[in-house]
Amino acid sequence: MIAEAGLAALWLAAALSLLQLALGVMALMQGGEGLGRAIRPVAVAQAALASFAFLTLVLLFLRTDLSVALVAANSHSMKPFIYKFAGAWGNHEGSMLLWVTVLAVAGAAVAWLERRLPDRTLIGTLAAQAAIGLGFYAFLLFSSNPFERLSPVPVEGNGLNPLLQDPGLAFHPPTLYFGYVGISIAFSFAVGALVTRDVGPLFARAMRPWVLGAWIFLTLGITAGSYWAYYELGWGGWWFWDPVENASLMPWLAATALLHSVTVLATRGALRAWTVMLAVVAFSMSMVGTFLVRSGILTSVHAFAVDPERGAFILVLLALYIGGALALFGLRIHTVKEGSTFEPVSREGALVANNLFLCVVLGLVLIGTLYPLVTEALGEKISIGPPYFNLVTGPIALVLVIAMAAGPLLRWRSDRAGALLRRLALPVLLTALVLLACVLLAPRIRILPLLGLVLATGVGAASLAPLWGRNLRRTPLHIWGMAIAHFGIAVSLAGMASESAFTQERLIALRPGQSTAVGPFSIRFDQVAPVAGPNWTAVEAQLTVRRAEGRAFTMRPQARMFSSPAQPTSEADIATIWNGQLYTVLGENDPQGRWQLRLWWKPFVTLIWLGGGLVALGGLLALAGRMWRERRARRAAQLEPAEAWA
Amino acid sequence: MKRKNQRLALLLIAVAAMLGAVLLAMSALKDQASYFYAPADVRAKGLPLGRSVRVGGMVKAGSLQRQPDGVTIRFLVGDDTDAVVPVEYRGITPELFRENAGVIAEGRFRADGSFAATEILARHDENYMPPELAERNGRPVHRTDSVE
Repeated sequence: MIAEAGLAALWLAAALSLLQLALGVMALMQGGEGLGRAIRPVAVAQAALASFAFLTLVLLFLRTDLSVALVAANSHSMKPFIYKFAGAWGNHEGSMLLWVTVLAVAGAAVAWLERRLPDRTLIGTLAAQAAIGLGFYAFLLFSSNPFERLSPVPVEGNGLNPLLQDPGLAFHPPTLYFGYVGISIAFSFAVGALVTRDVGPLFARAMRPWVLGAWIFLTLGITAGSYWAYYELGWGGWWFWDPVENASLMPWLAATALLHSVTVLATRGALRAWTVMLAVVAFSMSMVGTFLVRSGILTSVHAFAVDPERGAFILVLLALYIGGALALFGLRIHTVKEGSTFEPVSREGALVANNLFLCVVLGLVLIGTLYPLVTEALGEKISIGPPYFNLVTGPIALVLVIAMAAGPLLRWRSDRAGALLRRLALPVLLTALVLLACVLLAPRIRILPLLGLVLATGVGAASLAPLWGRNLRRTPLHIWGMAIAHFGIAVSLAGMASESAFTQERLIALRPGQSTAVGPFSIRFDQVAPVAGPNWTAVEAQLTVRRAEGRAFTMRPQARMFSSPAQPTSEADIATIWNGQLYTVLGENDPQGRWQLRLWWKPFVTLIWLGGGLVALGGLLALAGRMWRERRARRAAQLEPAEAWA
Repeated sequence: MKRKNQRLALLLIAVAAMLGAVLLAMSALKDQASYFYAPADVRAKGLPLGRSVRVGGMVKAGSLQRQPDGVTIRFLVGDDTDAVVPVEYRGITPELFRENAGVIAEGRFRADGSFAATEILARHDENYMPPELAERNGRPVHRTDSVE
């Protein structure tokens, strides 16, 4: 009965989203007050039903109800509890249900909380959100029903792909989905504003927290996904330019651009058309990402099933929404008033540069990701890998971070280049010193990592420059947020450059008792021993690691064999030290009794994810600061009339 | 600057930046794309020297040899014709790499026709078949989710 209840809730939610769309369209056409007022509760009820359906699926997974086809195909009664729980979205149907649920909840949050938008724009926004939801409800109900029953009922389930059996599964997909789908709000805002021709600073201020929120989740999701791939796949890399990774990076790039342009619109009333366009582009990138990952056109851990019908369905949805939004943009954009002007050397100018560079990087990643699909359709099979992406995005990213260092130090509307250089004197000096140190101490370092290290220092210093000379306790929270987020980018860049410049690797076959060395460590291979977990067995190596005069510690990389499904995986063991990570992988044994070991010493690699965390923290501070400020302003506005009476 | 002019200038800059991006991408793609070769393709088209390519096929039964250093392997990749490519790889092979199974190796050809692999592509699950191979073998790409 549980599965049927879930399915019924899903159908009802779909019906409510249709009602929400109809109410919205009717209210906009007739201008009926009552219709418009009904749309908010409908959006909230729709979210409640979608959440109920999702919880039902989680419950089915927790109980391992094998009469449900999805559970039987992806779960197993012996699976640890956390993977029964997270396994609910570790498959195609479940993850799409999570997608729709997040979409509905985001729409409900707008309906519930948003009080700044003019009524008609809000109605347009909720109607657009309902239109997106409707498409995805149809996708679930007609081609990816998670609640389908199975007959006869199997005695045991197939189990979950062992690579997904990791705590990361509980965290990474939901976070990323909140980001992906959160951007749909920006899209719906843009559609709502186009419908009512009301694109201005007020609209931008209303949209900004939603963009910021989605962007924080995207940042966290990408950072978590990168670290998960790094430790789980055992290849020692942290970013592979896998199309699925690109699918999450592209919305982030667009959302980052949007975040900056929406600030220009909110503060200065400029970049109106551009901001609306970016909102459409950002959501298009989420949809392209969903298409790439969910259509099965790519094969990877993320593509759970291959079914051409599903790919076609998502492609049609993509074309409908993006095409519709672009058509609306084309029809209405000439009615949007032109924004305020500014000089090229100004805060606005720097933010335009930021937007252009981000969009260029986005375009390059998009081309590199889609090109193999296009050539394959034409009959030639190629793959585009790190050589292309590093070559084309690396240099532009470096220019981008320079712009990032300069931008916050410029005044709005117009400024002088000479003044900027004076403000940047200290960071530039620091950059020169680090450059000198690098050339003297590590003369054989390659050009891109060298530039990365040097710029990271300068940019790190410059990004804190907006805080200099301020009374730190009275500095608004969103300024802190900006400085910390920019500093996080510099930290992350330093980690990437250091990893790429200074990583040392050792690949060797050893007998128990023999020793080797990598970086500053000497490593003795003590023994291998069998170990067992809840649904796997493994051989585990014991390594005694010593650094110069330091205390010895033990590391235990494993080669695991999962029982359901039967599949081997490699569990790397990673030791984190203040200045980097030692990464150890156990390979195969040979007839002479030797075991393969792959060891990496990666100085300061942890900075990559620490930086990502700082970027998200900066976003969070900015969000909190903005909301707090607005609340205070609202309070003050409410008090004023009363004072006038007194 | 007048408002109209500013909008036009921004539009032109944006278009120029996008054109630049496309041109940059096209020139980089020409050099950096890694083409897929089955052993039969190598025989038909000749050795693609001096660029990174992918070789895919099945690991021939009985061809897997471990070298004395314990971390280098050599094996033959074959396809449904009698063409083979000898591959050498230094590293830990993915867990699902074995004889008689599909494989994709990325690397460069040497002048003698052997292939120096820098990477053996990991397959993420037991049923995975490289799409390039599945198609060649006349089977649809399908990773079954059915209950056995």
